Amino acid sequence: MTTITRLAKYRLFWPVAILVVLLLSNLIFTPSFFKIEVRDGHLYGSLIDILRFGAPLILVALGMTLVIATGGIDLSVGSVVAICGALACWRISEQGDQNSVGGVLVAVVMALGLALLLGLWNGFLVAGIGIQPIIATLILMVAGRGLAQLITDGQIITINSSPYKEIGAGYLLTFPVPVLIAIVVIVVSVLLTRRTALGMLVESVGGNAEASRLAGIRSRRIKLMAYVFAALCAGIAGLMISSNVSSADGNNAGLWYELDAILAVVIGGTLLTGGRFSIGGTVIGALIIQTLTTTIYTIGVPPETTLLVKALVVTIVCLVQSPSFREKVFKGRRQRPPTPTAPTSDAPTKVEVPA
Amino acid sequence: MTTLSQVRSRISWPNQKYLPVLATLSLLALMYGVGAANYEAFGDAQVVLNVFIDNGFLLVVAVGMTFVILTGGIDLSVGSVVALTTMLSASLLQDRGWPAFVVLPLVLLVGSALGFGMGCIIHYFDIQPFIVTLAGMFLARGLCYTIGTSSIPIDDPFWVSMAQSRIRFGDYFVSPSVVIALVVVLIAAFVLAYTRLGRNTYAIGGNPRSALLMGLPVARTKIAVYTISGFCSALGGVLLSFYMLSGYGLHAVGMELDAIAAVVIGGTLLTGGSGYVLGTLLGVMVLGVIQTLITFDGRLSSWWTKIVIGALLFVFILLQRVITARKR
Repeated sequence: MTTITRLAKYRLFWPVAILVVLLLSNLIFTPSFFKIEVRDGHLYGSLIDILRFGAPLILVALGMTLVIATGGIDLSVGSVVAICGALACWRISEQGDQNSVGGVLVAVVMALGLALLLGLWNGFLVAGIGIQPIIATLILMVAGRGLAQLITDGQIITINSSPYKEIGAGYLLTFPVPVLIAIVVIVVSVLLTRRTALGMLVESVGGNAEASRLAGIRSRRIKLMAYVFAALCAGIAGLMISSNVSSADGNNAGLWYELDAILAVVIGGTLLTGGRFSIGGTVIGALIIQTLTTTIYTIGVPPETTLLVKALVVTIVCLVQSPSFREKVFKGRRQRPPTPTAPTSDAPTKVEVPA
Repeated sequence: MTTLSQVRSRISWPNQKYLPVLATLSLLALMYGVGAANYEAFGDAQVVLNVFIDNGFLLVVAVGMTFVILTGGIDLSVGSVVALTTMLSASLLQDRGWPAFVVLPLVLLVGSALGFGMGCIIHYFDIQPFIVTLAGMFLARGLCYTIGTSSIPIDDPFWVSMAQSRIRFGDYFVSPSVVIALVVVLIAAFVLAYTRLGRNTYAIGGNPRSALLMGLPVARTKIAVYTISGFCSALGGVLLSFYMLSGYGLHAVGMELDAIAAVVIGGTLLTGGSGYVLGTLLGVMVLGVIQTLITFDGRLSSWWTKIVIGALLFVFILLQRVITARKR
């Protein structure tokens, strides 16, 4: 009992617990869920699929974590995903030999360069001009879909390029390439934020931008970097998604990705108000969302209910995070120990009614 | 002897609080002028009326959004609530065969209830409006899909008559939806300008803390504002179902962004506390005229609409920054 309560105080306990419960519940419906086998030198299995399809979301959520940690938000990541996928596919479809490695590299560099520019634009609006992050990134969210369709000329560009296909669907040393890319980005960002002062600077800017500026931190530059990093991550995710399906759809690629990413960050325990962040939590949050989606598909529940479940999860997580909710619900229970059942039955209804 | 400042004050400069609205008005006039100069048919008054016919539902939704943004909040759920309303009314009318006079109040009630719920969470649990309405957006969209994933056509006589009847004056005509939308605008303008609720809305947007200290009913007003937005979204959904004669879970995807864009272009400050419903009307017209211009041009594809709206958003937000910076 004491070990459990001690564990529960650990920040990542609840996200990990949810993930484990979700994974275990899959066993009931598909007994072979945890089976991983090597076929043709590739790893196969449901768990690998979750990792492979979850990799883009992990990347986008990672970028979002840093932006949220600085007290901002980036609504444009979904559009950036679409734009980068569109640009890379357009470049590859323009060149004569779609299978040339050099051409694919040029396309990838171009797409990531554009992501960098888009990130700079967002960062400039937020840190340079001082527009609220929700609105500043809303501009690119609206216009970005138009830009992506401009690049693809309103069509869905289909390509046939084996080197490009490697990014989203390839395998390296039996491991799926997107998972490896995600791991590299995670490791790099953990090293940058936790082994240097950068992470602390980000947290201080998110905690109080004005105070950290007075303390001598260039808070504008930190914010700018966060938006650039988020756009880059979204760009890589865009490459993965378009490469996995060998096509670019300006309208639907990355649609509602920003919401999934924000959800992943929130589930991972990073507060939306900025300040402290947890990269590990975000990765687990993204995995929870991907597992949820996979579970819904494998159980055979209509996939349309995914949105409903997500809505409930967001509401519950936000309510639990909210200090005034804790005060109103949990304190109430402590003050009235003789009738513990009444308030506890109160709490869930309070959560569900407005969701 | 008159000093320079006296001369300056004598030249009637427009009051600075009307500056954003005037900027929108001149932009609208400019766009209309460009259109009328380039295309002969554009000058026809029916073109303007068509803008209203095609955007009546957006106008109603944007009016609700204006209330929310005036308090300094934001409502991302409007597009989904619109879709839910079309879906709910279509399924109740067609699959259940309920009469129109029952369905109509019911769907409006559902929209208001959703707004009320979100307002309660935002106020009592002190969670950012952005994330609460985001959850509301998921919820409403999800409910749409649980009702059905395909489009349901509506052939209820009342709905069809609302869709097809035209109110004529001379050679020109509008649909009943336009009249409803304009009535909503008038009521909203009246409420904001002349009632206690309107005063409280501006006060909370200006400074929530001092509004609370002044003893204004912050809780009631905040919740009322989100309820109004929910109601307006539901009414907008009803108008959209008149316009489309169908219910579909994918109706009005991204409408929240159009509504926010219209409010911002209409000169309402995103930080709250300043703005007019009339400005929102102009903002919706700007969006509608952009669409019409692009349709008239014929060479530009529809996605240019999004890019132009994005660019306009940028310009107007920049204008807001300049104005608020000068005030300080």
